[in-house]
Amino acid sequence: MTQTVFIEAINHATKEEMRKDSNVFIMGEDITLSVYGATQDLLSEFGDKRVLDTPLSENGFVGAAVGASLVGKRPLVETVSSFMWVAMDQFISQAAKMRYMFGGQAKLPVTFRVSMLYGSGAAAHHSDRNYPMFMNMPGMKIIVPSTPADAKGLLKTAIRDDDPCIIFEDGNLYGTRGEVPDGDEHLVPFGVANTLKSGTDVTIVAIAGGVIHSLAAAKELESQGISAEVIDPRTLVPLDKKTILDSVEKTGRLVVVDPAHKVCSAASEISSIVAQEGFWSLQAPIQKVAAEQVHIPYSQALEKLIYPDKDKIIAAVNNTLES
Amino acid sequence: MDIDKDILVLMLERMWLIRNFELKVMEVHSAGEFAAAAHPYIGEEAVAVGSCLALKDTDYIAGNHRSHGHPIAKGGDINRAMAELYGKVDGYCKGKGGSMHLADFSIGILGESGIVGSSVPVATGAGLASKIGGDDFVSMVFFGDGASNQGACHESMNLASVWNLPVIFLCENNQFAVTTSFKDTVAVDHVSDRAAAYNMPGVLVDGQDCIAMYEATVQAVERARKGDGPTLIEGLTYRYEEHSLGLGRVRRGEYRSQEDIDEWKKRDPIHIHQERLISQGILTTEECKKIEDDTMKRCQDAVEFARNSEFPKPEEVFEDMWANPIPLP
Repeated sequence: MTQTVFIEAINHATKEEMRKDSNVFIMGEDITLSVYGATQDLLSEFGDKRVLDTPLSENGFVGAAVGASLVGKRPLVETVSSFMWVAMDQFISQAAKMRYMFGGQAKLPVTFRVSMLYGSGAAAHHSDRNYPMFMNMPGMKIIVPSTPADAKGLLKTAIRDDDPCIIFEDGNLYGTRGEVPDGDEHLVPFGVANTLKSGTDVTIVAIAGGVIHSLAAAKELESQGISAEVIDPRTLVPLDKKTILDSVEKTGRLVVVDPAHKVCSAASEISSIVAQEGFWSLQAPIQKVAAEQVHIPYSQALEKLIYPDKDKIIAAVNNTLES
Repeated sequence: MDIDKDILVLMLERMWLIRNFELKVMEVHSAGEFAAAAHPYIGEEAVAVGSCLALKDTDYIAGNHRSHGHPIAKGGDINRAMAELYGKVDGYCKGKGGSMHLADFSIGILGESGIVGSSVPVATGAGLASKIGGDDFVSMVFFGDGASNQGACHESMNLASVWNLPVIFLCENNQFAVTTSFKDTVAVDHVSDRAAAYNMPGVLVDGQDCIAMYEATVQAVERARKGDGPTLIEGLTYRYEEHSLGLGRVRRGEYRSQEDIDEWKKRDPIHIHQERLISQGILTTEECKKIEDDTMKRCQDAVEFARNSEFPKPEEVFEDMWANPIPLP
């Protein structure tokens, strides 16, 4: 195990997979000089045929990645969550639908890494946490790492996977540190949730940046004598329902923490699954702690009111216990 | 350009195959054998045939909504194409794609897109893969005058040019986007003029002449294989039928005149090529007629093949989602 910063873990995974398979290449905006930090030193090691700065043409280069994957390459694309909107046609009409539409002929081993840069005054156009919209569309695997180890292991699994994968990276986690297993075969499987803290009174399912707040809330609740179990699904498509349902069977209470807008969120889907398949385990109504259904305001005075935080999670847990 | 006699004859055969395929599609569609939208390619055959015969099997093509002709021109299987239109399991996509999504990855047919302009970035990516992999595969994408106004098209042409990719952008200018004339929507006289903005050759070709299309494409392929980058070819052509089968409400006279249609039909691509082959002594009138009849017979056989194929079983609705499957939610 080595203490590693989240963004470095992404860089290490990228380098390892590019060394392992010459079909892996990376493209994105400003990646050769690594504006966001994840693509540091790639150009010097792998050269300009496999490390490509793109024009500002998201629809064009997302589609180009899809096309390259169709004929045997394994493209890795770096972009920003809010720029996905201008590339929606290629994400949805092509990446998601091609394999099914062509009766299974197409294989699309393409991975998109998208940064969600919210929470620091980026305002409405640069703060999207839009993974739920992509969960709604069949055909793409949706990955939401919350630790450096998972950021590395899930990215490596995604690059080796033969389907389109989108990794939604929470920008608030980029500077966080954690233990990452040594060696270049640290792979985290899709569809296996991680129980970060065991507990008996309430289940908190937390997504991406929601995990840190949930762990902080669980710690504070522990001092009040409340035992919370914290589960990170790690991938939303596929979703590890069983770990969540088993936990709710044990605790009888569920709080879902999701930095995305609350309507039709990942929290909505998880709540609906538990309501339908775990109803008789529940001793209290499910609580969703998700972003308010307004746009992201610029002012720090306002923006901090929008997202899930420790206090909102504690309040939600208390709600389930009072019922 | 000295063109092999076999290719000249194959051009005629493939054009007749497309024409007769489409005539059969219209016949069985109007008889109600399948009801979904289909976009006849009649009148535009020379564009697909001339350009595709300049490619190898290992080269890629991608098409659009009006794309029965493209896979046939590249040597696709008309039985599987017809079965796909019927939504049957022997179809190219096992009945999951239909008329607008024919694909045959085994011979470089990377599929078609019902969203206008959407396959242009995809084909550009196939060219990118070819460049990264050091292959000499060329990628050619068909799109219309309407699609030439899509951002995807412009982004792709710029990408292909700055990255020097082996891509051929083949605009089939059939004059109308459904009912809207390209003259009202394209800011330059010719779509091919737009190549200047992307620093690539823009070639305006008589799309009713398969030899002209072939020659222009051969040059573009040579350029691409040498690593000299992309080319934009515009084939001027004409759609004889309405935009789509089942669009009966669109009355012809509202956006184009009968005189206009008749004028274009005087320059029918099959007629032009057939007359040329006869006058050059390459084929006799009887041999041409035999090609027409044989291809019609093959299309009738394709209809029989499609009729006899099974519909997919209910459980197949869940198949083909994933290459590495995951549980259904």
